[in-house]
Amino acid sequence: MKSTGRAYRNLILFSAPAFVVYAGFLVIPLIASVVLSFFRSGEGVSTFAGLDNYVYLFTNGSTSERFWNALINNFEFFGVHLLVELPIGLLMAALLTSSTLRRSRGVYRTLLFIPATLSVVIVGFVWRLIINPLWGIVQFPLLGDENTALPTIALMSVWEYVGIPMIFLYTALIAIPDDILEAAKLDGSNAWSTFWRVKFPLIAPQFGLIAILTYIWTFNGFDIIYALNGSAPGPDYSTDILGTLFYRTFFGSSGQVANPDLGATVASVVFFLILIVTALYFFVVQRRLKNYEL
Amino acid sequence: MTSATTSRKARSDGLGLTKPARADAGTLVVHVLLIVFVVLAIAPILVVVMNSFKTTPGIFNGPFALPTAETFNLDGWANVFKRGNFALNYGNSIIVTVVSTGLTLVLSTFAAFAITEYKVKLAPVLAGFFIIGIMLPIRLGTVPILQTMVAWHLVDTLTALILVYTAMSLPLAIALMATYFRRVPTELKEAAKIDGAGELRTLSIVLPLVRPGLAAVASVTMLPIWNDLWFPLILAPSKENQTVTLGVQQFVGQFQSDYPALLAALTLGALPLIILFTVFSRNFIQGLSQGYGK
Repeated sequence: MKSTGRAYRNLILFSAPAFVVYAGFLVIPLIASVVLSFFRSGEGVSTFAGLDNYVYLFTNGSTSERFWNALINNFEFFGVHLLVELPIGLLMAALLTSSTLRRSRGVYRTLLFIPATLSVVIVGFVWRLIINPLWGIVQFPLLGDENTALPTIALMSVWEYVGIPMIFLYTALIAIPDDILEAAKLDGSNAWSTFWRVKFPLIAPQFGLIAILTYIWTFNGFDIIYALNGSAPGPDYSTDILGTLFYRTFFGSSGQVANPDLGATVASVVFFLILIVTALYFFVVQRRLKNYEL
Repeated sequence: MTSATTSRKARSDGLGLTKPARADAGTLVVHVLLIVFVVLAIAPILVVVMNSFKTTPGIFNGPFALPTAETFNLDGWANVFKRGNFALNYGNSIIVTVVSTGLTLVLSTFAAFAITEYKVKLAPVLAGFFIIGIMLPIRLGTVPILQTMVAWHLVDTLTALILVYTAMSLPLAIALMATYFRRVPTELKEAAKIDGAGELRTLSIVLPLVRPGLAAVASVTMLPIWNDLWFPLILAPSKENQTVTLGVQQFVGQFQSDYPALLAALTLGALPLIILFTVFSRNFIQGLSQGYGK
C-alpha cells in the first residue's frame, strides 16, 4: 500500500511539468475557445449568448455565405490531397521497397522527402514562379481563375507533403515479415501479384491513418494559402478555407471587422468537425487505441 | 553490425544467381521511375537556389537557365543581410526551435518515464490524456491563447512561441518516448533499484537505452516549429521578434523588386532543416512512423 502511494507521488511529480504546459496551452485554450463561442463580448462585459453565434454564422446573409463557401472549399482541399497523395505515396513506397534496390534506397527515400522539410513560403513562392504564364510552361493563370485556384494550391501542398504518406506506407511495407513474402514466392506468385494480394492488404490499415491525419491537417490548413494570397480569400473567395476564414474573422481584414467571438465560433466548428470524424475513426478501428493502453 | 550482415547477404544473393534479363529490366524501370520522382521533388528547389546567384534581368529573361558569366552575381547574398532583419529573424528561429525542442525532450522524457514506470491506475488515464493531443489541433485554441498572452504581457515575445510550441509538441513526443521506455528490459531497472538507486538515478541509467527515441523526438519536433507561419503571425509579429519563416514571407511582399536577395533569403531559410533532415533522416522516419502509427 505504501509503495502504491509512492508510485502515485512519483507519477504525479514526473509528469507534472508536461501536464502543466500541455493542459495550460493546448487543452484549456481549446475548451476555452468552445466556451467563448457561446458568449458575446462587448464593452468589457461578456454575456451568455447560447447558440446565437452559431446561428449567426450559419444563417446570417453574407457571413453564412462565406462560411458555407469555406466549408465546401475545405472539403475540396481535403479531397484533392487524399486522392492525389495516396496513390502517388503508395507508388513511391512500392518503388522504394522494391527488392531490386540496394544501397540507393536510402538516398531516394531522403531526396523524395526533402520537399516536406520546406516551409510553405518557399513552396508557394517557387510554384508561383514556375506556373507564371510569362515563362510558357503553363499558358493559363491558374491562380487567378476561380475554378483552378484552389486545386492548384492543393496540388502545391501535395507536392510538399506527399513524402508523409510515402513514409507511412514505406515503413508498413518493410515491416512485412520476410517469411510471408518467401511463402508467396514459393507459391509461384510474381512481384505484381504479391504486391496486390499479399502486401497491399497488410498495409491497408495505414490508409485509414493517412486519411484521418490528412483530414485533420487540411481542416487546419492556412499556411500555404496565406503564403500565396495573404489574408485575401483569392479570386471570388475561391481559395477561402476554414483556416483563412478563422483568421480574417478573428483579426479582421479589409472590409471585415475583427470579431473574436465569431472567430472562436469558426474555430469551434472546425474542432467539432475534427472531433466527430476522429471519434468515428477510433470507434471503427478501436484496436489501434489499445496499443496505448498499458 | 546487423545491417551490414543483411546487406552482404542480400548482395551475395544477387550475385550468386544469374538473374534473368527480365529482372534487370524491372530494376531499370524502378530506377527510372524513382529518378523521375526525385527530379520532380528536387528541381523546384534547385530553381530557387540557382536563381539566387543571378541578376534580376537574368532571372526574368530565363528563370530556368543556368547562370552564365553575364547573369551570375552575388548581390542577392550580400543584400540579404542588409535588408530587413534577416540575421535577427534567423537568430529568433534558432532560439525558438532549440529551446522548444529542448523543453519538449526534457518534459516528455519525464512524463513518458513516469507513465511507463509507475503502473498505477492513474498511469493509463494520464497516458491517454497526453496522447489524445496528437489529434487536437492547437491552432483552434488561438483566441484564448492570445488572450492569455495579452494578460501575461507575453505578446510579441519569443517566450509565447516557446510555450505554445512545447505544448503542441508534447503529445507526439510522449507517445514516442513511451514506446521506447516500454522496450527497456525490466531487469535493468530492478537491478538499479536493488542497488539502491533512486527514481532519478534509475531514469539516468535507463536514458542511454532510449537515445534513439530522443533523436526521433528531436527531429519530428523541430520541423513544424521552424516552418510554422500561424503563431509567429499572431503571437510575435513585430520586426524584432519575427521568425525567419514569417520574416521571409513578409520579405516576399516588401522586396518584390530585389529577387536575388529574396531567393537567397528563401535558400538560407530552408537550408538548416534540409541539412538536419538529411543527417537524421533515419531518426525522423522512425519518429514519424512510430509516433503516429502506433
